[in-house]
Amino acid sequence: MGSKTRFIIPIVVFAVLVVFLGIGLTLDPRKVPSPFIDKPAPDFSLPSLHNVNVNLGPQDFAGRVWLLNVWASWCVACRAEHEVLKDLARKDIAPIIGLNYKDHPDDAKRWLQQLGDPYQSSVVDANGKAGIDWGVYGVPETFVIDQQGIVRYKHIGPITAEELRNTIIPLVKTLREKKA
Amino acid sequence: MRNLLIVWSLLLVSLSAHAVIETRTFADPAQEDRYKALINELRCLVCQNQNLADSNAELAKDLREQTYKMLTNGASDTEIVDYMVARYGDFVLYRPPFKSTTLALWIGPFILLALGILGLVIVIRRRNRAQEETLSDVERAQVRRLLDRDD
Repeated sequence: MGSKTRFIIPIVVFAVLVVFLGIGLTLDPRKVPSPFIDKPAPDFSLPSLHNVNVNLGPQDFAGRVWLLNVWASWCVACRAEHEVLKDLARKDIAPIIGLNYKDHPDDAKRWLQQLGDPYQSSVVDANGKAGIDWGVYGVPETFVIDQQGIVRYKHIGPITAEELRNTIIPLVKTLREKKA
Repeated sequence: MRNLLIVWSLLLVSLSAHAVIETRTFADPAQEDRYKALINELRCLVCQNQNLADSNAELAKDLREQTYKMLTNGASDTEIVDYMVARYGDFVLYRPPFKSTTLALWIGPFILLALGILGLVIVIRRRNRAQEETLSDVERAQVRRLLDRDD
């Protein structure tokens, strides 16, 4: 073994290690890929938060690009996300449906009254069953569903203004154009 | 003295020990064993290094409840596991299935082991060869000259 290769081998091994660890640092282990991407949205039929006599489900939004945002009044991160959702609602490019997850309807209504309501409707998932069907494990979560009722994107955790601008809005726009 | 005794006995009370115990009734011990095996095999997604059995998270509680319900309604183990995988992906399994996306996970350690052994063999071979090296006639003469020097 030449004296040169003797030094090169550890350096190469080190470089490979650095690359792998570097990639590892950019990944968030809490973000588990959703098995629903590019699959039909799971069904639910749940009472509306503001009108318990009306049940809503994904089929009510068929033919449109829409967002499902899982939220709760007890969820601190949802509060951080709320302004961003209001911003998206003002742009009026896609309806946001709230899935009020394991919450008390009174608390939820008060929360929307205080902070403003970006949702076209919110549905009540009191026991978290719809949450399980959608594979929800950390509130807030947001899904983007296309006109055919296929889940195209899932965001885990609060959406930041940057992610809204760079990912969600462009995605909604391309999905809307697809049909036209 | 009495207060001290109360304080001491309070110290013996552990709140966390009572954390993850739900009373469940099963049709037979076999069903209970299946329940325990399932919640031990399924991962809690909130606290990712715990299984459903160990986790105290709200979601883990719900998923234990769901497992129990399906089990008592006569679902098979595979049906329950499939139900969880359909919603949470392979990640929910502590033993992910062997398929193309998990190939590196299953094979990777063995490849690394093989590479390590290969490297070791190469190093040992080289070392042995280095020891066997004999001196050429010119080198022999050189050594002799050096050894014969008076100073």
